[in-house]
Amino acid sequence: MAVTRNSRRLSRTARRRFSFGRWFRATGWRHVVGVVVVLFAGFPLLFVVSASLNPNGTLTGSNALFSTIGLDSYVRIITDPVNPYPLWYLNTLIIATVTALLTVFLGALAAYSFSRMRFTGRRVGLITIVVVQMFPQLLAVVAIFLLMTAIGDWFPEIGINTQPGLILVYLGGALGVNTYLMYGYFNTIPVSIDEAAKIDGAGHARIFFTIILRLTAPVLAVVGLLSFIFTLNEYAVASVLLVDVEKQTLAVGLVKLVSNPRYADWSAFSAGAVLAAIPVVLLFLWLQKYIVGGLTSGAVK
Amino acid sequence: MADPMIAQRNRHRLRASRMADLASGGPRVLITKIVVLGLVDAIALYAIIVLFLTSQWIVLIAVAAVTIAVNWIYFSRAKLPAKYLTPGLIFLAVFQIFVLLYTGYVALTNYGTGHNGSKEQAVSSLMASALERVEDSPTYPVTVVDQFGELGLLVTDPDGDAFVGTADTPLKEVPNATFDGDKAVAAPGWTSLSFGEVLVRTDEITALAVPFSDDPNDGALRTPDGSSAYLYTSSLEYDEAAGTMTDLNTGVVYSDIGTGAFTSEDGQELLPGWQIVVGLDNFVRAFTEESIRGPLVYVTAWTFVFATVSVATTFFLGLFLAIVFNDMRMRGRKVYRVLMILPYAFPAFLGALIWSGMMNQSFGFINQVLLGGADIPWLTDPTLAKVSVLIVNLWLGFPYMFLVCTGALQSIPEELNEAAAIDGAKPWSVFRLIKLPLLLVSVAPLLIASFAFNFNNFNVIYLLTNGGPRDPSTSIPVGFTDILISMVYKVAFTGQNRDYGLASAFSIIIFVIVAVIAIISFRRTKALEELN
Repeated sequence: MAVTRNSRRLSRTARRRFSFGRWFRATGWRHVVGVVVVLFAGFPLLFVVSASLNPNGTLTGSNALFSTIGLDSYVRIITDPVNPYPLWYLNTLIIATVTALLTVFLGALAAYSFSRMRFTGRRVGLITIVVVQMFPQLLAVVAIFLLMTAIGDWFPEIGINTQPGLILVYLGGALGVNTYLMYGYFNTIPVSIDEAAKIDGAGHARIFFTIILRLTAPVLAVVGLLSFIFTLNEYAVASVLLVDVEKQTLAVGLVKLVSNPRYADWSAFSAGAVLAAIPVVLLFLWLQKYIVGGLTSGAVK
Repeated sequence: MADPMIAQRNRHRLRASRMADLASGGPRVLITKIVVLGLVDAIALYAIIVLFLTSQWIVLIAVAAVTIAVNWIYFSRAKLPAKYLTPGLIFLAVFQIFVLLYTGYVALTNYGTGHNGSKEQAVSSLMASALERVEDSPTYPVTVVDQFGELGLLVTDPDGDAFVGTADTPLKEVPNATFDGDKAVAAPGWTSLSFGEVLVRTDEITALAVPFSDDPNDGALRTPDGSSAYLYTSSLEYDEAAGTMTDLNTGVVYSDIGTGAFTSEDGQELLPGWQIVVGLDNFVRAFTEESIRGPLVYVTAWTFVFATVSVATTFFLGLFLAIVFNDMRMRGRKVYRVLMILPYAFPAFLGALIWSGMMNQSFGFINQVLLGGADIPWLTDPTLAKVSVLIVNLWLGFPYMFLVCTGALQSIPEELNEAAAIDGAKPWSVFRLIKLPLLLVSVAPLLIASFAFNFNNFNVIYLLTNGGPRDPSTSIPVGFTDILISMVYKVAFTGQNRDYGLASAFSIIIFVIVAVIAIISFRRTKALEELN
């Protein structure tokens, strides 16, 4: 009895060791790599979540991960009398949403004409759009500041220190970045659909609004989301144009909040960061398939 | 034979499509079009009126021309492509192309702190800053008045006549003012402030200086209490004909020697000065002045290193991970994938700020916990700060490359693998000789785009290290991890002295570098030739 049990155990361990080795060489080491990379990727995020749940404010106090858990810092950042976090949140939401919608609209209009019409200057126009992509607006941040100051003297509603002014500036980049992406996608919609609609009596405007825009919805969503994320992350131009604290965006406000790490209320900042990041991360993961397709379609054919 | 037929067919098709457009437009489209254009025209008209009142003729002409062009485009039958392109093009022209050209202009000026406005503004601001009360001057009874929020003084002169003026407009006689005894108390078009209102706005009122006449040398009236004013004259005297400022107390003569500020013989400048075109001075300064050239050289070199190493590290880590996780037998690939792309989904500016907290030398998590109380200057040592920036940028960028490489790998047909295996190729040579070249062809444009992006990756530098540690040996605010674009921002907006001219000159240098890179990359990839 004892012998058979022993031998059975032996053979089992032998089989297991053998299969573990094979498994490790085939896929096991991949899990090791995966765990290491996931730690690298996820650690800062774990840290910020832990810091945000820590009621005690400083950077040092945040180092003991998940030692204390409470929502105090969330309350603190939302009710902070000096830093109007809820307003920053709202401002960012409004500025980024309006910019994204108008960017999609302007880009789609241009992409439609490049994709469906043949006219002189079309090739030059397409080349211009590809080339302009290389020169971000950021290069001209000084001139943008001076221009918006001048506009503010004549039209205070859309000049410096106004959110509509900032949106107008962002729209300057609308054609450059996204039209080429849309153009590629528009080209995949067969022209015969347009022609069928035309025979049925639809004009170019109706074809564009009721047919093309619906069929290209995935790329419109991608461009909209990319524009939204870009605006959310934009710091340089927003920090120069928005002077009043209650007009600023999350990027400008939160950077100022931790400008001195020694005295910053690090947990309140973390709470603010988590609240700001959650919708973006969820949206990104939800639309991940389309975004990846959109990002690579430009080049990977 | 065929040509006329095609031409005729095209003509027919054109006519047919025009008829279809007409037939399908319908009243709703037309009404929408008219309403939108009407709104645009109304806004443009308002803009033109404002510009007319402020005498901005060039801008006025530009606005009018664009408005006319827009109306012409949308009301004409043809011009179909223009109808779709115009809205985007207007924004592109103003906020992308014009501002780049304007950067070029600013680079040729001395625009910046102390050189902000015109010469007239500089003169009046200098005179106002040197105002001193004239001894034994008469006392002028005044009433503080207000017009649309702008304060003015209603002054009664010793002869009993009433005058009104503001900080910008010199005193002018008011013929039909209301008098209370000898003192004018109200003027038509102006609201007189009550005693309480005067108290509330005391600071504004005591700072108010109303020029006595058009000649700045005549001085200005100021009121310390809101009820009586005294004549103040400047201790500076401006001689318009000679273009000189004379300090009456010291007798020093400051003259306009063409540098945008009144300068005395021994080189003392009176600031504020004014804005002038200085030609290529900013570029000359950037390339010859040692305290600027030094930083410019190492910042440019670091910008290239930063962009190149960032692309290389993110690409190779991304490619490695794509290969590792491109195995169908592996379980949980989806979970790994989602967790790995989290840094990419997370807002980048927050990522940089969190890392800057974790890498803090005295309190950060990395030193305090991971390294058990080490004292490593992650962000404050010139060399280590560069490494830290690259690590953080790797964190921010590798998920993108992972996604891109995964997509590219999966688009390579599996038959290639099998064919190579049958021919006896080893996995490594299959990868190196077949897969990698195929992959590089498809991702090369993305690598170039990524390089261009990182070349101007302002956020990761500015939010992580603030460009620091600061270089103490230079006159401009620049640090050892600054890249060109963050140096532009810091020189223009963060120093003691904002130097828009020099910052714009740096911008132009970036522009030229990027243009060269663009030309080379487009030559190489022939991307532009494929456009059709």
